[in-house]
Amino acid sequence: MKFSIMVNEGPYNHQASDTAYHFAKAVLDGGHEIFRVFFYHDGVNNGTRLTTPPQDDRNIVERWSAMAADHEVDLVICVAAAQRRGIADADESKRNGKDADNIAPGFRISGLGQLIEAGIQSDRLIEFGD
Amino acid sequence: MLHTVNKSPYSSDSLKTCAGYLRAGDALIFIEDGVYGAMKGGASDALVSGMGDTKIYALGPDLKARGIGGDKLIDGVEVVGFDGFVELVAASDKVQNWL
Amino acid sequence: MSETKKMMYVNRHAPYGTGYALEGLEVVLIGAAFEQDVSIAFIGDGLYQIMKGQDTADSDMKNFSPTYNALGDYEVTKLYVEQESMDERGLTVDDLMPLVYEDEDDDWAEKPSIIVMSRSDLAGVFAEQDVMFNF
Repeated sequence: MKFSIMVNEGPYNHQASDTAYHFAKAVLDGGHEIFRVFFYHDGVNNGTRLTTPPQDDRNIVERWSAMAADHEVDLVICVAAAQRRGIADADESKRNGKDADNIAPGFRISGLGQLIEAGIQSDRLIEFGD
Repeated sequence: MLHTVNKSPYSSDSLKTCAGYLRAGDALIFIEDGVYGAMKGGASDALVSGMGDTKIYALGPDLKARGIGGDKLIDGVEVVGFDGFVELVAASDKVQNWL
Repeated sequence: MSETKKMMYVNRHAPYGTGYALEGLEVVLIGAAFEQDVSIAFIGDGLYQIMKGQDTADSDMKNFSPTYNALGDYEVTKLYVEQESMDERGLTVDDLMPLVYEDEDDDWAEKPSIIVMSRSDLAGVFAEQDVMFNF
């Protein structure tokens, strides 16, 4: 079965990203497929590589990057929400005249169409948020 | 349909709203702060107990994190892990997330 | 895409106090290009998104309420409003924007998009959907 997951909140301030991550892991462990994880609203803040959480706490951003690397999970950050909140890759940064980019490995920035496509192509869509 | 509730019934109306949308054959899982709604002895007890034949679940790791032992749960609430959560989603036709 | 799915967007947040209403509407508009069978449900404080008379002149927030008028042109013609939520808030349909669409099967006659429904009937509409989005 194909699952897509939507993450509406950023790391640490809400449990949404944690629950989404553990759910995603269980999807993979259960032999199912993840079509896409789509980060919207403040969820785009899961894609910053500038995070430095305390050593004795989980590293939410790196955990997602590792999942992308180890399991080829498609992590998509909504471009409109990312622009509002200052999450950018090198191309976006250049396009918008910014002096830096900050996207974490394994994430890609794309449009809301990717969320709709996930809803159409997946067997199940689940949303985690506030 | 599988309904998810992630907020305490004492701080949000999402459980009450969800209750109004339950139909025969639906299931409900409490996750995150929603697990407080599965604790017996509080005002949510009546609401949850009145959910008829809706199967009710609570996510184990969230209960444990919050110190809610099995003895504190409303009768009939079944504890599942993330593997069980995934299977509940797979077994339902779709999910409605009451955020 | 080989199939058409029934997609329901459930709106439960008031506008302006949080960004969910505006960003939720953006999903609906982008989604319209995918020619799915789309409905929107306004429940709880979500009703306030389509309340008449919004005027952000004295705040610097974007007044996006006029965008709801365009939904008909995007073929989003089923806007469910929960009766109980209106009653709780002392609202009637007259307090809401008169949202309409043009029915191409009826000589482009203008028809109301808002469908007021009881919670239990709306639950029945939910049951018919393939995918639920919540904003």
